Amino acid sequence: MSDQARVLKFQIFRYNPLKKGDKPRMVTYEVAEAPGMTIFIALNEIRETQDPSLQFDFVCRAGICGSCAMVINGQPDLACRTLTANFADGEITLLPLPGFELIGDLSVNTGKFMRAMSERVESWIHDLHADEVNYDALEERMDPDVADEIYELERCVECGACVSACATKRMRPDFLSAVGFMRLARFALDPRDKRTDDEFYEIMGNDDGVFGCMTLLGCEDYCPKDLPHQTQIAYLRRKMALIR
Amino acid sequence: MKVIYTDSLVIGGGLAGLRVAIASMQRGYDTIVLSLIPAKRSHSAAAQGGMQASLGACIKGDGDDEDVHFGDTVKGSDWGCDQDVARMFVNTAPKAIRQLSAWGVPWSRVRGGDREVIINGEKVTITEKHEAHGLITARDFGGTKKWRTCFTSDGTGHTMLYAMDNKAIQLGIPVHERKEALALIHEDGVCYGAIVRDLITGELIAYVAKATTIATGGYGRLYSVTTNAVISEGIGTAIALETGVATLGNMEAVQFHPTAIVPVGILTTEGCRGDGGLLLDKDGYRFMPDYEPEKKELASRDVVSRRMTEHMRKGKGVPSPYGDHLWLDITLLGRKHIEKNLREVKEICEYFLGIDPVKEYIPVRPTQHYSMGGVRTNATGESPTLKGLFSAGEAACWDMHGFNRLGGNSVAETVVAGMIVGEFVADYCGANPLNVSTGTIAHFLKKEEKKITDLLVRDFGENPFALKAEMQQIMMDKVGIFRNGPDLEKAVEELTVLNQRARHIALRNRISSSNPELVEAIRVPKMIKMAQCVAYGAMLRTESRGAHAREDFPERNDRDWLKRTLATWPDDSSDLPELSYEDLDVMKMEMPPGSRGYGVDNIIVHSDAEKRMAEIEEITKANSSADRFELQQLLNPTPIPEKFKGKNERIGRGYK
Repeated sequence: MSDQARVLKFQIFRYNPLKKGDKPRMVTYEVAEAPGMTIFIALNEIRETQDPSLQFDFVCRAGICGSCAMVINGQPDLACRTLTANFADGEITLLPLPGFELIGDLSVNTGKFMRAMSERVESWIHDLHADEVNYDALEERMDPDVADEIYELERCVECGACVSACATKRMRPDFLSAVGFMRLARFALDPRDKRTDDEFYEIMGNDDGVFGCMTLLGCEDYCPKDLPHQTQIAYLRRKMALIR
Repeated sequence: MKVIYTDSLVIGGGLAGLRVAIASMQRGYDTIVLSLIPAKRSHSAAAQGGMQASLGACIKGDGDDEDVHFGDTVKGSDWGCDQDVARMFVNTAPKAIRQLSAWGVPWSRVRGGDREVIINGEKVTITEKHEAHGLITARDFGGTKKWRTCFTSDGTGHTMLYAMDNKAIQLGIPVHERKEALALIHEDGVCYGAIVRDLITGELIAYVAKATTIATGGYGRLYSVTTNAVISEGIGTAIALETGVATLGNMEAVQFHPTAIVPVGILTTEGCRGDGGLLLDKDGYRFMPDYEPEKKELASRDVVSRRMTEHMRKGKGVPSPYGDHLWLDITLLGRKHIEKNLREVKEICEYFLGIDPVKEYIPVRPTQHYSMGGVRTNATGESPTLKGLFSAGEAACWDMHGFNRLGGNSVAETVVAGMIVGEFVADYCGANPLNVSTGTIAHFLKKEEKKITDLLVRDFGENPFALKAEMQQIMMDKVGIFRNGPDLEKAVEELTVLNQRARHIALRNRISSSNPELVEAIRVPKMIKMAQCVAYGAMLRTESRGAHAREDFPERNDRDWLKRTLATWPDDSSDLPELSYEDLDVMKMEMPPGSRGYGVDNIIVHSDAEKRMAEIEEITKANSSADRFELQQLLNPTPIPEKFKGKNERIGRGYK
């Protein structure tokens, strides 16, 4: 640690759509850097000491919940686990995640989008007999490798980075996006889900679904959980193309 | 006046809240969940380690059952828990985990054959039974006799929460996001819903309901350093307190987790030690066996946290700019294991510490982690003093944890309490018509409206962020792992002053819609009241039990303190809660108070303990042909809902 703390310069997008006459603009804030400082710590300091109206979303602040994705120096990422030390020149520009409804400043409504996505892909186990299961009896067995593979695809935290990084989504407002494909891939892999390929086709077998993907793979590049988007989208597309 | 009517209002969209909502919905009642955030972002997701349920499928869980789980839970609680509730819990946990399996959680499974594990710092080969192949497996956790903690690689809470929320979406349960409950609507000892603020528009809405369930999690953010999410501020519990009618239980029971990273306090799971990780001091020396020869790193959390603090006080901590810490060594587990079963830990180390835990030690120290206290409920989950108010999960003092919760028992509680309490909530919805006057609703709405208007027009006053920081520091310095009379008295005094100052908060950003400063101004006075309940309760409890450790009263005093603290807040002008105490009846205990088998054995015994022990022996002798279920029923009959009464099957053992 040096005695002289660096002064960080934050350029932050400000706009409150609910405030009459407010206009979108960039505002500069200066913060003295502390050792181990994250963008989470810096934004809270700005709110507490400089501008109490600044809006942003954090929940777990540990990279687990997916609340805090924003555009950091041009790239979508989780702000809570981004150390300010990563920026050599000490200049950090923050924008809200595009592709989602803006609540204000850096806060966007990912929740509404994700719920709609879950409803659209029917993000649950489809099994007519699921509610007749006797929970006193031994659970249905699952191959340990299959369980691990499903978990690998279920690590998505719905942060929205893939949606914001997707060029197809820009052109097609109803494009399902990588988060939706990953969810479908997860259920398609799960032996407990009894949906047929035909049923999956009904959900994603069109240009707003897996056939619309232009394979630019911003999702693969910016997923903070390093999920295998490229492989899974290719897999789903081949699977769907073979059906009809 | 905007009013929304429903049968079952659930405040909080984490595991417990969603599970209660699912139960009400499945029983045919209109249900709404309120959440500060999208439900899938709830703090339940952060539970990395696992969920305890006595499935006994893995070889190290062989011989496990409800009774062993019950014993571990009661000992873990330092005999502070409600044994009826602990019994309901352990019997239902296997069903809860199997239900979640059917709903989509990809639980890690038993792989038949040999595998290498680390036990007590040594590589050991264990052989899993082939007939158990494909069943749900378990790992070791602190304070348990068997390997009982079921898990999904490194993301147990995440997969449980996703499965639960997906089930709620399937059932069409509406989750009203970015809504904050500010006050409960109640009259003549009955609760009728809540006054709720839309965090985007600022609009106040009355949600009127037959049954209201508080499932808002813990109050870790009363402390400046905590593993808890930023939303774990205890506001749900506080609005119950502010009714002046509902009681809070055991608020002084606050758990410190042994291994949060320094300085930011993010948790590394107990799974690190469960899987074989060690605690080392500044000399690289493994000190825990000196203090706890039997359980070592895997004694209960309260004990390990105290031993670590003791050891650092002896000058054995590693000095750092943020104060002393110790090392957590998981290097001996190997890259493959860490990258699969402890990947979240690895990511946290990489991002927040810039280290690779495969090769380097992790700097850790005990940090606030869990709130055993909360809204006091009876075994059905209902407040004994405010009808129609229910609570489940960490927000509640249902009281299966007493003064210390075992690792793996918290996510387990959320789903099990959700199942059980959810049934009682549905029963309540069926048995009670909604009968509340619009005048009453308007009264509560206007009261909240006025509070907000007052905040928005006041020109000069206190800064809510500063008040909160002062409160958090008081709790940190004076109401921590080790406590003593003089510090606690000082904490109570200082919190009294803060409570008075909190009546004069003024804002710089004076708009009623989306406004983080206003949110803070609404919450901070509630948090200070909660903090006062913790500090005052701790000051008056002149004994040490579980996580409540008094340096001036080191004994667990069953003679005078085998009782639960109950707190009410008389009215808005009060600076202190009113405390009363509820005795735990030794003569009804299935397991009378004794030694935990770890930690310091220092007990002032209760006069009934021996009597009850003799009585149990007599009952056991007189019913020598009774099996364990019949005997348990004789010793501790519990109000488990009919549909969860069945016996649980285990591999190689059947339903025995």
